[in-house]
Amino acid sequence: MAERQIIDARGSFCPGPLMELIARLKFAQVGEEFEVLSTDQGSANDIPEWLNKVGHQLLGAREEAGVWHIALRKMK
Amino acid sequence: MNILIVGGGMGGTILANNLARRLAPELRAGKAHLMMLSASDKHMYQPGLLYLALGRMTPDELYRDQASLLEPEIEFYVDPVEEFQLDQNRVKTKSGKTYGYDILVIATGSRPVPEMIPGLAENAETFYTEQSALKMFKRLQTFQGGRVVIAVGVPHKCPMAPLEITFMLHDYFKDRGIRDKVQLHYTYPIGRVHSLENVAKWATPEFDRLGITYETLFNMKEVDGKNRVVKSEEGTEARYDLLITIPAHKGMEIVEKNKLGAGGFIPTDKVKLTMEGRPNVYVIGDTTNIPISKAGSTAHYQAETLGENIAAIVKLGAPVRDHDGKVFCFIECGKDRATYAMFNYTTPPDPKAPTKAVHWFKMAYNKLYWASARGLL
Repeated sequence: MAERQIIDARGSFCPGPLMELIARLKFAQVGEEFEVLSTDQGSANDIPEWLNKVGHQLLGAREEAGVWHIALRKMK
Repeated sequence: MNILIVGGGMGGTILANNLARRLAPELRAGKAHLMMLSASDKHMYQPGLLYLALGRMTPDELYRDQASLLEPEIEFYVDPVEEFQLDQNRVKTKSGKTYGYDILVIATGSRPVPEMIPGLAENAETFYTEQSALKMFKRLQTFQGGRVVIAVGVPHKCPMAPLEITFMLHDYFKDRGIRDKVQLHYTYPIGRVHSLENVAKWATPEFDRLGITYETLFNMKEVDGKNRVVKSEEGTEARYDLLITIPAHKGMEIVEKNKLGAGGFIPTDKVKLTMEGRPNVYVIGDTTNIPISKAGSTAHYQAETLGENIAAIVKLGAPVRDHDGKVFCFIECGKDRATYAMFNYTTPPDPKAPTKAVHWFKMAYNKLYWASARGLL
């Protein structure tokens, strides 16, 4: 199993955490895992919502010292 | 100290000129050596392509000879790199030559890849190359009405382009007297009409005011040219008569071939601008994987930070400042009004209402760019 890759989108206003995630998934293989780090409160909702809509797997979401850690697996 | 810059786009050119001035005494004394390798003898002003597609600039306005933009102390060769031999601190070029370095800067940029979406390249118009912008210009001239869909790939160069082309098309069709026969439909990959929240808050009521419809969470999956439908990863569809795309981008093939980063984007420290695990290799502009706008402005400010730091390494033995992530993007809001977004890693933008003055400043910058590339502005 490959190591979970970190997408450090803390402080990213543009393209922002979700757009950065979408971009990284384009170049990833099915089964690869990522953890998005985001300081944008909105990421806690919009990333899981998008994963659900498109069909990728949410592995977990937690907040730690003002940073959201959202883990996921590319499914297709 | 041998400094080698690979790439003669905006970032590489501004950096080279910045360093040539800062290190003038060292270059004259032979204590430093500054070289640029590029794939082209021409330098393109890429933001001009948006205007070319709408018949407001011509191709000759987009180019200068690269050598004419560079300070004479910069040794410049059109000889693209084919192999990055980072363990040996050297690169090998297409001509078969090998160049060593003490400090390497990779600024090779990115390229549109509409072919990543089945059916997109064959059925959509775009403006990210001279050829495609000219094709789009001709297509627009013959378009007499119908549903125009704007579809956005990820990642893409110039985050303002989706909004700009939409607003400019509104005025373009209005001026031709056919706006009432055209339905403009804007789609965007995330849950609002722009990645910058404050820009989205401003643009959404503008769309409403101008009668532009919009749909968010729309990531292109495939285009059915026969039935004129673009389908999204989210399971929705948009019917079109004219499809205009901001295509997804990848880094340059040479970066992928050398396995320097997924998608051709090199893992880069966002404040030091060093390549991960390579303290003497720097990366700027679209080539990085930093979650920041892929835009000339990004490359410009990174080049200024890096120029200061590399000069300090030569003169003082260490870099002197962290990069703050500054970006300044004009936003054309039609044919004669514009605003701008300025932000960095810690401060979000706060765009103001569009004005004619900012539009004319952008028009002036389209000419002043050449002074910017020379490191003067």
